[in-house]
Amino acid sequence: MLLFLLIVTAFAIAYTKDLFAVVMLAGIYGLLSASFFVALDAVDVAFTEAAVGAGISPLLMLATLGLTGRFQTQTKSRFYLLGFALVVLVGALLMIGTADMPAFGSVDAPAQQHVAPRYIEKSYEEIAIPNVVTSVLASYRGFDTLGEVAVIFTAGLGVLSLLSISRKEEEKEGGVASMYEHTILRIVSKILIPAMLIFALYVQFHGEYGPGGGFQAGVIFAAAIILYSILFGLDVAKRVVNESVLQILAALGLLLYGSVGVVTMLSGKNFLDYNALAEDPGTGQHIGIIVIELGVGITVAAVMILIFFAFSRRMDREGGA
Amino acid sequence: MIEQLLSHYNYWVVIILMMVGFYIVVAQGNLVKKVVGLNIFQTSVFIFYISVGKVEGGTAPILVEGVDVYSNPLPHVLILTAIVVGIATTALALALVIRIKEAYGSVEESELQIRDQQC
Amino acid sequence: MLAHLPILQVILPFLAAPICLILRKPKLAWLFALIVSAAALAVSGLLLQQVYAGGVISYELGGWAPPWGIEYRIDLLNAYVLLVVSSLATIVLLGAHTSVQKEIEAHKQTWFYSLYLLCFAGLLGIVATGDAFNVFVFLEISSLSTYALIALGRDRRALWAAYQYLIMGTIGATFILIGIGFLYMMTGTLNMNDLAMRIDAVESTTTVLAAFGFIVVGTSLKLALFPLHLWLPNAYTYAPSMVTAFIAATATKVAVYVLIRFLFTIFGESYSFGRHPLAEILIPLAIIGLLSASTVSISQPLIKRMLAYSSVAQIGYIVLGIGMGSALGLTASLLHVFNHAMMKGGLFLALAAVTYRMGGSEIGHMRGLARTMPLTFWAFVLGGLSLIGVPLTVGFVSKWYLILAAIELGWWPIVIVVLVGSLLAVLYVGRVVETGWFGEPEKPGRNEAPPSLLIPLWILIAANFYFGIDTRLTIGVAENAAAWLMGGGSGL
Repeated sequence: MLLFLLIVTAFAIAYTKDLFAVVMLAGIYGLLSASFFVALDAVDVAFTEAAVGAGISPLLMLATLGLTGRFQTQTKSRFYLLGFALVVLVGALLMIGTADMPAFGSVDAPAQQHVAPRYIEKSYEEIAIPNVVTSVLASYRGFDTLGEVAVIFTAGLGVLSLLSISRKEEEKEGGVASMYEHTILRIVSKILIPAMLIFALYVQFHGEYGPGGGFQAGVIFAAAIILYSILFGLDVAKRVVNESVLQILAALGLLLYGSVGVVTMLSGKNFLDYNALAEDPGTGQHIGIIVIELGVGITVAAVMILIFFAFSRRMDREGGA
Repeated sequence: MIEQLLSHYNYWVVIILMMVGFYIVVAQGNLVKKVVGLNIFQTSVFIFYISVGKVEGGTAPILVEGVDVYSNPLPHVLILTAIVVGIATTALALALVIRIKEAYGSVEESELQIRDQQC
Repeated sequence: MLAHLPILQVILPFLAAPICLILRKPKLAWLFALIVSAAALAVSGLLLQQVYAGGVISYELGGWAPPWGIEYRIDLLNAYVLLVVSSLATIVLLGAHTSVQKEIEAHKQTWFYSLYLLCFAGLLGIVATGDAFNVFVFLEISSLSTYALIALGRDRRALWAAYQYLIMGTIGATFILIGIGFLYMMTGTLNMNDLAMRIDAVESTTTVLAAFGFIVVGTSLKLALFPLHLWLPNAYTYAPSMVTAFIAATATKVAVYVLIRFLFTIFGESYSFGRHPLAEILIPLAIIGLLSASTVSISQPLIKRMLAYSSVAQIGYIVLGIGMGSALGLTASLLHVFNHAMMKGGLFLALAAVTYRMGGSEIGHMRGLARTMPLTFWAFVLGGLSLIGVPLTVGFVSKWYLILAAIELGWWPIVIVVLVGSLLAVLYVGRVVETGWFGEPEKPGRNEAPPSLLIPLWILIAANFYFGIDTRLTIGVAENAAAWLMGGGSGL
């Protein structure tokens, strides 16, 4: 059923010309796939997909539409036929590939046999935390996650280098309209924002037991700040969280993660081998995971806020002009 | 044939989603819409990976007393990373679109091409 | 610390990127980036030496044994590519400060160095890793930073070029991700070495075939094989000069490495070429790309664009060697990976110098260059000779090996194609040289580029001749690596 809805949404997106509706549908698509991930036992992934696919990504798209216009003028690209042929070709290759795939859900499929069982059978012994996804993410494949933080960091720098304006220009800009007049919103949010911040901290440190972790926590934390800046205006928000401080925080989060690796190396073990951090392997893993997740959380939150600020500053400029 | 269809239906759906997403990317002229298409294309790959990890009768891979069958955590980890990569790409792409709009005054592929030939 | 060399190679520029951001002052950031890349270069030299002395090095990240953890696995092939990437990155960076000061807005310069280091680290990470999924992660680090770097170009077309590259690059990366997913599904592993062993059992399945297709197409997009090269000319043309010099010398080479790694190590030569008509697909595409791109080059008014099309043509030579599926062909390709990096790095640096003084690199800006900027001009001429493939240059060495490989297989038409390609190169290089020699400069009088640009430029030009004459290092490594990939030899 969910899958059917996904297909319908995808086709609707392809045929809708009102881009505002397209973005809303894309948000729905993200939410649908998140619920589907829950059905497939991937709770951590669902959490993240909901935050990204139905949260950040539509938010950024809406901000972009505010600047680029709501309707698309033309539907077909020059390469329409060529594109269609390519799509058919790719689809055909995929279908060929499906023919010999092991059946969905089968217990004896190769993917379930070789590497994965060790994570389920041994991770509690080796890392001593119940959430296997966190064990693999933060320890067995911790280096991938370091790369992932670097990807976020890169995107943040990229967006900054595209959308930033020099100091001189910035000073010229005046105050920015906000929703400050909405008393109810303001009061509700005063309660909501601290709650979100606390929830972010909970998600940050609860990742070992349930779904969650640095990335999700970072996103929630950023969401709280973004909400604040939507309600109280960008200028006020920037006074609370300074942009150059955010840049340094983004860098420090990545460095914090990397420095765990450097420390383990200096204590004679391999890069990111958390067993070097304490006598007892369980404790070492524990410390390592907490610190790197913190690094992830800091960088993600800082970059998300920076990206949002960069996008909304452009909108303000457009609005003022 | 029917048996094959039933035991693989997830993968067939993924293929349709991938094709729709890919179609939006290559055949649509609006730059924002292309990014949406790219998102659908990537998300369908995520669904594929997660489907690979599903084990019949399994539960979420958070260890609990009394449960023996868990779904495969490895694809989950890979896709967590891939989702993050996806949003990073989206953010950068949209920032580019904003700058393109400012520089060219349009976000339609065909108009951009015309304007480039003029100068 | 010697045991940690494989990870130090990547982690040095990787962690230097955020530090650069904290340093804030562009000059400081540049100096720091330069020192770190020089250190990375030293590490890659030591690594190559270690591999020569003791064979394949495996480094377990996080202390977890592969295939459960991620492994760095350095053999002769990637030690060689690591050396290519880090030497070019360092040399280009040497001249970056001067050029960046002029071409990039002041408040963005620190970000430039940070992104440059990220791109550098991403490329090194792709090459060093022994884990298929880790390739994808580092591929995206290098790609995202490349898009951002291209968009720093002053012309508005840089934005459009970066967007197009982003879309095509992401499609390519997603194809690779699909391929890796299919492979994981059939084998249960992500470790390359482990994949290579377990793939034999499921070789005949259509799923592995589809994985093969997606990975070959995905990497071909990244390495700009004709007709998937459409992103390249604009990206190279409108990016800041230093970015062009850097990515032209390294990024496509790393994509070539990924293709070779998948074809020969993971799928294996007998699967890639024995079971499938890969040669019949790659070779015609390589030839068409080589000839058409060379022809298009001749009429380009923008010299950067001309060299960009020439890069598409050079990719044709490299893929031609791979497509032959023989040890000699592969040797030629590996040689050309290094050699082309040196010539294109040098030529694009020469254009950076011209842009620095003349404000652009159109054919008009080259007029009378022999008198106004003689040192830059002669560097361009010598680099051009290497591009054509004149004896005593590296260009000659790789083309010679390519011709030998074709003769070995009895493929005479290929020999003719290589020769025609060289003739076309004479035409497009010759046009620039002619304008530089006979043209009247707009402003007479010497106006040579500053030493900070001339030094890296002449290092590369000298390298074109040094390695063209003393070929022991390059040919030795390339031959051994090729033999090892083809299943013979010890990898040493």
